[in-house]
Amino acid sequence: MKYMLLIYGNEAGMQSAPKEAVAQMFAAYGAYTQAMQKAGAFVAGDPLQPSSTASTVRANGGSTKVLNGPYAETKEQLGGYYIIDVPDLDAALSWASRCPGAAHGALEVRPIRPM
Amino acid sequence: MARSRSGRSDRCSAKGSQPLDENGAARDAAERVARRSYGKLVAFLAARTRDVAGAEDALSDAFAAALAEWPARGIPASPEAWLMTVARRKAIDAARRRKSGEGVADTMRMMAEELEEAAARAAEIPDERLRLMFVCAHPAIDANIRSPLILQTILGFDAAAVGSAFLVAPATMAQRLVRAKTKIRLAGIPFSVPGRAEMAERLEAVLDAIYAAFAEGWSDPAGIESRRRDLAGEAIWLGRLVTELLPDEPEALGLLALMLHADARRAARRSADGRYVPLADQDPTQWDGGLIEQAESALMRAASFAVVGRYQIEAAVQSAHAARRFSGYTDWPAILGLYDLLYARTASPVVALNRAVALGEAHSPNEGLAALDHAAEDARLADYQPYWAARAKLLAATGRIDEAGQSYERAIGLSSDPAVRLFLQERRASLAARH
Repeated sequence: MKYMLLIYGNEAGMQSAPKEAVAQMFAAYGAYTQAMQKAGAFVAGDPLQPSSTASTVRANGGSTKVLNGPYAETKEQLGGYYIIDVPDLDAALSWASRCPGAAHGALEVRPIRPM
Repeated sequence: MARSRSGRSDRCSAKGSQPLDENGAARDAAERVARRSYGKLVAFLAARTRDVAGAEDALSDAFAAALAEWPARGIPASPEAWLMTVARRKAIDAARRRKSGEGVADTMRMMAEELEEAAARAAEIPDERLRLMFVCAHPAIDANIRSPLILQTILGFDAAAVGSAFLVAPATMAQRLVRAKTKIRLAGIPFSVPGRAEMAERLEAVLDAIYAAFAEGWSDPAGIESRRRDLAGEAIWLGRLVTELLPDEPEALGLLALMLHADARRAARRSADGRYVPLADQDPTQWDGGLIEQAESALMRAASFAVVGRYQIEAAVQSAHAARRFSGYTDWPAILGLYDLLYARTASPVVALNRAVALGEAHSPNEGLAALDHAAEDARLADYQPYWAARAKLLAATGRIDEAGQSYERAIGLSSDPAVRLFLQERRASLAARH
């Protein structure tokens, strides 16, 4: 089954973190991604630019509205994602718990609907 | 028609069939067998398809037929084979009636195939109920719905019965159960027994769910509501099942011991005329010695693993109370020690309350009261009837009669059990005599 891991964290905290901490975090994500690839679980994954770069679009009733900003203003923001292919939810939860982002923020695990 | 024909022929050829019996005990026995067989088949189908709701649908007509027919006509020699035969025909019929490609038809076809395969080895259907329990008590499932889910999937109770036991409207309960089963399927919750690393935590959730069912059943001591009364018995059965399937888990044995000890005192909790009898006033000869022995042996076996846990400690408290049967007195210092241990683990306000009561008995009412004041810092005790009853008793013991009366008043106002209410009112009235 495929699952999407949505990584939520505090952007402000990340941006004000010391250089070494950021470097350490990047290295940890690199190792994490590699481990998922070696295990054959990795399908896709990317970090996202900060939520200040987001635009939100609604095209209801014929008119298109573009709003400057993310869909929801939250204390922790969506900062990246992974798509993994694993046997079941327990395997997905186990990968989520190893994500470096889980130590600082939260990971939402969503099964991907097969089409 | 197919259903009743197959049912009858199976029953005629059955060697061990019971004769027709109008008496309630036989009816209960038939219902129990139907529930056990049903649960085993639901677990088997669900484990192979991950579709709990689909498995229930495939078996629901057969189960309803069993509930209707077995009590009157006797239990077939092979209840599972009987259910499977009926369910397979139903599933095939249902699949035929619908167009292929429709979700329901596909589900039913899949279930029919699984039943076909199961029928081929009907004598040895693997018992997947433990796996199903771990699915129902998975951390991805809302904690409040775990116990109802186990009662429904393993024992076949409908949403109305489960709802009434947990004081939730049937429609609301039905909706929550459906949502949970959908999540099991869509989220891909595995039908597996957790490995050693996760076992303790995951088993605790299963045991908590079983204990919640027991507690719901226990909260109807008068046995007026048969659904609730049965729930305690069903929970004990689930507890036994877990200890059979996981014989080396001390906490599972601890929970079983705890429930058996409580159940041993069922009859003694009420006098012949239906009055509430508190534990201290119960006649130990009224306790069920057989159940106490079973509880003690489960607890001894649990202790042999030398891994202490919450349920074992709670069972040990009950064991200490049960010892009064032979010793004639209650070892309050020992009980206090156990509550100390339990409080250090759980920090539960209810444990703090029980610890204060034990302290009051083991040392002095004043020390008990001081501990109770400390416990009451947790706001959750403010509307907890046993807290006010315990407080009233301790206040009365220290001679603070007016305050004791006020505490009894609170306890009376918070009780939901008429027998307990009457008992508290009498205690309150007897204070006035001392005034």
